[in-house]
Amino acid sequence: MSVSSNFGFADGETINGQTREITYIAAISEALREEMRRNPDVLLMGEDIAGDFGGAFKVTKGFEAEFGARRVINTPIAELGFVGVATGMALMGLRPVVEMQFADFITSAFDSIVQFAATTHYRWKGRVPWVIRAPADGGIRSGPFHSQNPEAWFVHTPGLKVVAPATPADAKGLLIAAIRDDNPVIYFESKPLYRSLKGFVPAGEYVVPLGRANVARTGADLSIITYGAMVHQALAAAQRLANEGIDAEVLDLRSLKPLDKEAILATARKTGKVLVTHAANKLAGVGAEVAALIAEQAFEWLDAPVQRIGGLDVPVPFSPPLEDAYRPDAEKLYAAARALAAY
Amino acid sequence: MEKNDLTNDQRLELYYWMLLTRVFDETMVTMWKQGRGVGGTFSQRGHEAISVGAAFALTPDDVIAPMHRDLGAYLLRGITPQRIFGNLLGRANGVTGGRDANLHGMGDMTLNVIGFISHLPHSLPVALGAAMSFVHRGEPHVALTFTGDGASSAGLFHETLNMAAVWNAPFILIVENNQYAYSTPLHQQMKSPEIATRAAAYGIPGVTVDGNDVEAVYAIVQEAVKRARSGEGPTLIEAKTMRMLGHAIHDGAEYVPRELLAEWELRDPVKRYRERLLEAGVADETEMAEIAQRVEVEIADAVAFAEASPLPDPATVTQGVYAGE
Repeated sequence: MSVSSNFGFADGETINGQTREITYIAAISEALREEMRRNPDVLLMGEDIAGDFGGAFKVTKGFEAEFGARRVINTPIAELGFVGVATGMALMGLRPVVEMQFADFITSAFDSIVQFAATTHYRWKGRVPWVIRAPADGGIRSGPFHSQNPEAWFVHTPGLKVVAPATPADAKGLLIAAIRDDNPVIYFESKPLYRSLKGFVPAGEYVVPLGRANVARTGADLSIITYGAMVHQALAAAQRLANEGIDAEVLDLRSLKPLDKEAILATARKTGKVLVTHAANKLAGVGAEVAALIAEQAFEWLDAPVQRIGGLDVPVPFSPPLEDAYRPDAEKLYAAARALAAY
Repeated sequence: MEKNDLTNDQRLELYYWMLLTRVFDETMVTMWKQGRGVGGTFSQRGHEAISVGAAFALTPDDVIAPMHRDLGAYLLRGITPQRIFGNLLGRANGVTGGRDANLHGMGDMTLNVIGFISHLPHSLPVALGAAMSFVHRGEPHVALTFTGDGASSAGLFHETLNMAAVWNAPFILIVENNQYAYSTPLHQQMKSPEIATRAAAYGIPGVTVDGNDVEAVYAIVQEAVKRARSGEGPTLIEAKTMRMLGHAIHDGAEYVPRELLAEWELRDPVKRYRERLLEAGVADETEMAEIAQRVEVEIADAVAFAEASPLPDPATVTQGVYAGE
C-alpha cells in the first residue's frame, strides 16, 4: 500500500498550526512521547517494550532512556495479569498505556478487560483510564494469530471505548484523546499502515475527539462506511468509480464505540445507498450494527438494500491467495459499489 | 496472650470489629431466611479473624482489595453497615447504588478499597497494580488482597505472584484456605494442601497462619507490611480456616462432614478471642456486654436504615457506565 493522505485532521484541535509528513507508526510514537512528557502519570507497559529493543514494532524505541524504567515497564508474558495491573494503576489515578504485542493476543486478557475494567465505573464509580494499544489487521501474510481484527467483541461490551485510526493524523490525535479519557479505551492500530502510509500530522498537542467520524471523501451517489486500513481501499475504489461517473462518499468511522450515529445517518440519508465494509469477518461484525442502525433510522431514505462486505467467516489464512480471498480490497469494493450504484 | 505490640485497647478494638462482623452476618442470615433479602448472599462465619486481623495491620493510605468473605475488612476500612446493608438490599444508597450484588463491587477509592468481581482471582493483578502505583510515585504504602483456595487454581494466581516477585512489589496476598471451593474439597483442588509453599517457586516468602486467631493473623500481616514498606517485596500468606456455612445462603453444604464442622466450631474465632481476652483480664463480662450492646444497636440501626431506604429509580439504569458523562 502506498497511499499518501492529508485528510483526517480538519476537525482536530491543532495547537501550533505546524504540520509535516510522517508515517502512521511514527505518529503513534509521537503521541505517546508527547503525552508522557506532558503528564507524569502516563506510563507504558507491555512485552518487550523497554530498553533499546522498543517493542516488536519499535513504537517505544528509546522511551526507557528518556522516561526511565518506572514508566516503561517490560512485563512477563501474562496478558490477563498485566491488563489487571493496568486496571489497578488506573484506579490509583495513573494512565497506563498497555501494548498488546499483537491484537490477536488480547483474548488472553479478555476477562480483565470485559469483566473487571469495563464494569467498574458502572458498579462502583471506580475510574479506569487505561489504553490498550492493539496492533491489528492483516494483508501482510502473518497467519491466523498475527492478522486478526477482534474489535467487535469489545464494541459489544458496555463500559469500553474502541477506536481504529486510518490516518497518521488520527493515529496521533485519537491516541492522545484515548489517554486523556477517563475510561478504558482499546486502540486498534492497523499494522499494514505502519510504514506504508505517510500523512500530514500536526506537530505538538493534537487531539481528535472520540466518537466523531470523518468524511474522507464527499460524494453524492453512494456511501462506503468503513474504518482502519479499509478506508484506503474504499478511497481507491471511489477513485475508480469516479472515472466511470459514480460519485462515492467515504465515511471513516474512526471511533467504533461510541459510534458517530449522526454521521452514519447523515451519509445514508444523503446518498440513499450504503456499502459497509471492514476487514474483520462479516458475521456479527461492527458493520452489522451500522447496517441495523440505518435500517432502523434511515429506511425511508434508502434506494437500495444496505450491502456489507467483510472478511470471510474463517480464521485468517496465511498463504497469499487464501488471505486475498478472505480479505475485502479495493477491487471487491469497486465491484460491489458499482452494482449498488446500478440498483 | 501472644507477644506482639497490641495494646489492650487495640485488642478490644479487634474484638469489636470481629463481633460487628459476626452480628452483621447472623442478622443477615436470619433476614434472608425470613425472606427479607434480595438475591443471594455470602456468610462470613469462620472468616472474621482473617479479614479483621489483616485490615487492622494496614493504614488508610494502604490499598485493600477484599472478597466476599471479608466483611470485616470493609467495615474496618470505613464502609458503614448502613451502606453495606443498603447494597445487600439493592438500595439506591448502597455502596453500588443497586448496580452490583451482595458484597460484590463494594469498592470506594476515597477509602482505598477496591471492589471485587465474581471471577475472584482478578483482584490479584488489580491489587498488584495499586502496589505498582506506589512504586511509580515513590510512596511507602502497600496493597493487600485476599483470595480463596479455589481461586488459587486459576492462572492469575501464578501470573500475579510471578509479576509481583519480578517487580519486587509492595504486595501482600492472603489465601483464605477454608477447605472448600463451593462443594469441591481441597484434595480435588490441589495435590499439595500447602498453598504457602508455592511462594518458594516465585522466590518470595510464603507463610502459614492460623486463620481463626486474630492476633496471629495481625502479627503475620504486620510483618509482611513491614517488609513491603521497606522495599523487600511481596509476601504470600496462607490463612487456614473453615467455611462454617454453605458457599452462599442457598447452599446447605450437605457435602461437608458434620464432624469436620464440629471440630472447627471449637475453634470459632470470635468466641475464642472473647475467652482469651477474659482470661487475660483485658476485659471483664461487663465490658464485653457493653461491646455486644453497642454492636447490636449499630446493626439494628443499619438494617432499619437500609430497609427504609429507597430502591433505585429505573430511569437511572443507563447512568454511570462511563466516567465523565
